[in-house]
Amino acid sequence: MQMRKLIKPLVFVLALLPFSVLVLRILQNNLGPDPVQELSLDTGEWALRFLIIALAMTPLRRITNQIEFTRHRRMLGLFALFYATTHLLVWLMFVLEFRWFAIAEEILERPYITVGFIAYLILIALGITSPKFMVRRLGKSWKRLHKLVYVAAILGVLHLLWILRLDIGPAVFYGSLVALLLGYRAWFSFQARRS
Amino acid sequence: MLIKKPSDIKPSEITPEHVYRNRRQFIEDSGKLLLGAAAASTLPSVANAQIGAGLMARAPASMRRSPPAAWWADKFANIKPAPNSAPFNTGESLTPYEDVVSYNNFYEFGMNKGDPSSNSGDYKADPWSVEISGEVAKPGTYNLEDILRPHDLEERIYRLRCVEAWSMVIPWVGFPLADLIKRFEPTSKAKYIEFETLVDPETMPGVRSRFAIVDWPYREGLRMDEAMNPLTLMAVGVYGDYLPPQNGAPLRLIVPWKYGFKSIKAIVKINFRETMPDTTWVDLQAQEYGFFANVNPAVHHPRWRQDTERRLPQTLFSRSRIATEPFNGYGEQVASMYEGMDLSRYF
Ligand code: HEM
Repeated sequence: MQMRKLIKPLVFVLALLPFSVLVLRILQNNLGPDPVQELSLDTGEWALRFLIIALAMTPLRRITNQIEFTRHRRMLGLFALFYATTHLLVWLMFVLEFRWFAIAEEILERPYITVGFIAYLILIALGITSPKFMVRRLGKSWKRLHKLVYVAAILGVLHLLWILRLDIGPAVFYGSLVALLLGYRAWFSFQARRS
Repeated sequence: MLIKKPSDIKPSEITPEHVYRNRRQFIEDSGKLLLGAAAASTLPSVANAQIGAGLMARAPASMRRSPPAAWWADKFANIKPAPNSAPFNTGESLTPYEDVVSYNNFYEFGMNKGDPSSNSGDYKADPWSVEISGEVAKPGTYNLEDILRPHDLEERIYRLRCVEAWSMVIPWVGFPLADLIKRFEPTSKAKYIEFETLVDPETMPGVRSRFAIVDWPYREGLRMDEAMNPLTLMAVGVYGDYLPPQNGAPLRLIVPWKYGFKSIKAIVKINFRETMPDTTWVDLQAQEYGFFANVNPAVHHPRWRQDTERRLPQTLFSRSRIATEPFNGYGEQVASMYEGMDLSRYF
């Protein structure tokens, strides 16, 4: 029982590790010759990774019968939002350099930004409705709303695919993971409906 | 924010202090080498201005490479330093050697900027030969020693502007491509020149990737007048040292008024032809990349603007975004070649 209690803080600390490493690298001036690009890519990739990790929790619980997995689903999802927010802030501060008027143009003119932005809006909506009282208040529609997490993941992969050029390996990798998770979900609800 | 022209920018704004220190260090190193330790104490004062005045930029002693084969050392014993003036010396602060050799696009070795330097350990730049074909009187396969033999090496300090909106200032070592071309005696039909990079799955992990959407080998090309322009350089070295694999060893092209991807690396084939060659990036994405690829602040990439650039190295809190110049600042030397061409169409 005592051990159980330790898992949550442990997951929290682990999830904060990539961020701590980034902060350390910033302080040590150790981001390479093009730090803005490095930050932008790193935070983006962690946002996508956490989104996929959060998505994997329910299937892992079902497969292993360990309720522990879903206990941390919400926190992991919020970490995806956290890294996506860092990603967005890096872009606003260091790429756009606070030229606010340029935001609309960027979102409208560049399809990869458009899909990234939509994915981010979804993550915000899910983040706002994640506290327990919101779950209670929204009732049935909460489940429907939170299915949008799959849309966010697909848009995240699309965003990445648009950025890659000569080699689409990473998009294939993350895309297959999302497809696998979606496939499992579809298969599971099909089974559930049959029985 | 305010966008400055390169000439308005003090070197101290572009280059963080620790980088200066580095630079001073290796200038001191080279000073000791060339002038003796006594003169070295006076050298740091020229560090901020430029390297050029009779001094070749040298890689830090600890990072110098051994020659790919013995004859290379003789070839490199006598390099003419860059002059003190444009266009063969930009007069700007150099991007430190460490960054020039660790931040690269060379997809044959991987997709991330650090991949080419970390994944090229098995790569062999010697022995090397180059196949010359097409519209020339003297086609054939030449080994590199024969290719280089008649040419004296010189240093050229050029801006390198990547299509990804970053730039560096790099002291290359090489010789004019024009001098090489003349030796093969192109026929009157030779209107374009096409280059190919080595493909070696054994030593190039990027080539083995199953998700590469590119049709190797990497191919680039120039129009004949561009190839013959005195600015166009065949490089075999950087910072007074042999090219590392990630920078295109042993033989690469440098076309300073075009986006970096035109400056093809590790050349194994040169073909002279009557028609415009297909090139890798145009094949992949004709809306985003053109055959000419002249640096042009007025024509944007669909994913980012091209009117400014990040001069590297940067730190997060001293970022220098400078205005991108037409033809990367080499307009005086090259603009006349494109007179009458609609450069927003032929980008
Ligand atoms: C308004 C929202 C967003 C903006 C403006 C934005 C912008 C960017 C930019 C500018 C880059 C670098 C592109 C390049 O180098 O060409 C990038 C990369 C990336 N972004 Fe985003 N992004 C947004 C939202 C997201 C979200 C929500 C995710 C994840 C779910 C995400 C995941 C990524 C990934 C994985 C990369 C590429 C990393 C790599 O190549 O290693 N982005 N994004």
